[in-house]
Amino acid sequence: MLQVKNLHASINDKEILKGINLEIKAGEVHAIMGPNGSGKSTLSAVIAGKEEYEVTAGSVVLNGEDLADLAPEERAHKGVFLSFQYPVEIPGVTVTNFIKTAINETRKAKGQEELPAKDMLKLIREKADLLEIDRKFLSRSLNEGFSGGEKKRNEIFQMAMLEPKLAILDETDSGLDIDALKVVANGVNKLKSSDNAVLVITHYQRLLDYIVPDFVHVLYNGKIVKSGGKELALELEEKGYDWLK
Amino acid sequence: MSKFTEDDLKKELETKEYEYGFYTNIEADKFPIGLSEEVVIAISKKKNEPEWMTLWRLEAFKIWKEMEEPDWANVNYEKPNFQDISYYSAPVQKKKLDSLDEVDPELLKTFAKLGISIDEQKRLSNVAVDIVIDSVSVATSFKKTLKEKGIIFMPISEAIQEHPELVKKYLGTIVPKTDNFYAALNSAVFSDGSFCYIPKGVTCPMELSTYFRINEGGTGQFERTLVIADEGSYVSYLEGCTAPARDENQLHAAVVELIALDDAEIKYSTVQNWFPGDKEGKGGVYNFVTKRGLCEKNAKISWTQVETGSAVTWKYPSCVLKGDNSVGEFYSIAVTNNHQQADTGTKMIHLGNNTRSTIISKGISAGHSQNSYRGLVQVGARANNARNFSQCDSLLMGNKCGAHTFPYIEAKNKTAQIEHEATTSKIGEDQLFYCNQRGIDTEKAIALIVNGFSKEVLNKLPMEFAVEAQKLLEISLEGSVG
Repeated sequence: MLQVKNLHASINDKEILKGINLEIKAGEVHAIMGPNGSGKSTLSAVIAGKEEYEVTAGSVVLNGEDLADLAPEERAHKGVFLSFQYPVEIPGVTVTNFIKTAINETRKAKGQEELPAKDMLKLIREKADLLEIDRKFLSRSLNEGFSGGEKKRNEIFQMAMLEPKLAILDETDSGLDIDALKVVANGVNKLKSSDNAVLVITHYQRLLDYIVPDFVHVLYNGKIVKSGGKELALELEEKGYDWLK
Repeated sequence: MSKFTEDDLKKELETKEYEYGFYTNIEADKFPIGLSEEVVIAISKKKNEPEWMTLWRLEAFKIWKEMEEPDWANVNYEKPNFQDISYYSAPVQKKKLDSLDEVDPELLKTFAKLGISIDEQKRLSNVAVDIVIDSVSVATSFKKTLKEKGIIFMPISEAIQEHPELVKKYLGTIVPKTDNFYAALNSAVFSDGSFCYIPKGVTCPMELSTYFRINEGGTGQFERTLVIADEGSYVSYLEGCTAPARDENQLHAAVVELIALDDAEIKYSTVQNWFPGDKEGKGGVYNFVTKRGLCEKNAKISWTQVETGSAVTWKYPSCVLKGDNSVGEFYSIAVTNNHQQADTGTKMIHLGNNTRSTIISKGISAGHSQNSYRGLVQVGARANNARNFSQCDSLLMGNKCGAHTFPYIEAKNKTAQIEHEATTSKIGEDQLFYCNQRGIDTEKAIALIVNGFSKEVLNKLPMEFAVEAQKLLEISLEGSVG
């Protein structure tokens, strides 16, 4: 599904990613771990197409299509979803209105009709229930005054609504207490299928107790320095990152 | 709109000049340029006005001659030469077109974006419309309903003839001739406008809109509006149009007076979309407007405005809260893009006891534009327990525009409670990327963010108007980022 080949990327002429190779197949869950400043969030931003980053070499290919020339919204239309580490606030725009716009813009890009209001409402309710989201929450302004947990739950709610091919969860566990973490992880697990894939970016092994990865990669100084199965996460938890330097 | 260049405008103006030719005869449909007592008398004569009206205009002209154009607003423009303007043009001068194919395709594109119906498009772009039974019958039943309720709604020129006692009693009482330079000018030369009277205890059953009146004749460059809501009555009045209004007149100086007698309520909504000039800011309309309302006991006046057009806007819809327990409200969205300048806000003058006012102002600046909020909250010495809440929010797009807030507070009574909140924010790259990542392109993302920002004010507009105004905001900001 996703092939990242020799990816180099920099911001303000500073190279952050120094040759990443990664292959994710449909149905798989991959985890990327690594210390602060290793390039984890940069990798997710570059896959999503954030324009501040310059790709200096290498490629990102999704389902056979090179993403290089695609704008962030076009990548989203192809099924790339990024759950943000720090979701932004948009005052006056409700959660419902925002997701409705996102869905209909995506449908429009695919040449489909807008989703009828009735179906939209039904879908919203169904997915809100899945993530144990209170209905009242849906009429609040997007991320405005949300607690850390509410923000992350809202990200996963949007993911559930958009049904992406590739979901990248950037530090989704940060700011979550254990109950919220379980709800979010449960949601992700329910959305997993044989034709989508999940890339979990995390600092800690904790989240991986609930979203169990097929592969774990360690990112250090802009490169993947070690890959392994889920047991690698436990090893990292125990030993830290220093032994890999 | 953006592709309508200065050259296009010039061409449009040139053809118009040819169309009307040169007139030296003062009886002609368009007066020669210049302003004098003779011209004022001629305007009055042209409209068959009674003598009292002619004298009223002449007095205003005398006052105006002694006044100077104000320059305290935060706007820069070349002052108009008032002797270089023609002060009277007969209505309905535009050439009738045979079909929409003859209309500027850019204009049609904008209409389509606004969701305006084909018949409406024809009307707005001056294409001859076949008789549409529906719209005729709507207008007819509309008039019948108003008549049954005793509501008077007609051009002010007709009201001067048919209801002189009402016009005489109220005209110039809220905005006196001496009020300011543009109000004095308007009083001397106003071309036409609307008059509306709602009798005691009557709730006007529909939104009164200038739309129905415009069908009967054009509105001029110096518009005069007078709305009187008698005791215990209610009216919602809509002014303007979301469709782009182009006009050969650069200077617009309107006066609007509202009178809400005891227990009456007036809701006055405006959408203003005059030509803002080209990308360099040339050729746009100067909009210098004086709007004020008077509230008697327990009365309420709400001003709601969406200002997206004009090169220069100078406008402060105000409320004089004279009666005890009266309420004044001002809800405003002002958008400036390219080189537009807007200095707009309100005045809430608290004179009665327990008077309350609310001000919600949303300024959106993009391009090289300057957007100022200027407001005064004044509490008189005898106004006990007056309350005001003001909220002024500014949204900036890009780094070449400006947002300014000038709130003035004068309280002479210790029991007054006045609150003022202000915020300034910028549409950030992070917000745009977040929307993009969800499949929403940048233009749509801006529209979404701007609509969210403006929601408190948009919600105050009557439903159909709100939908159009929302689309108008999107169009006004097209191409303002990236």
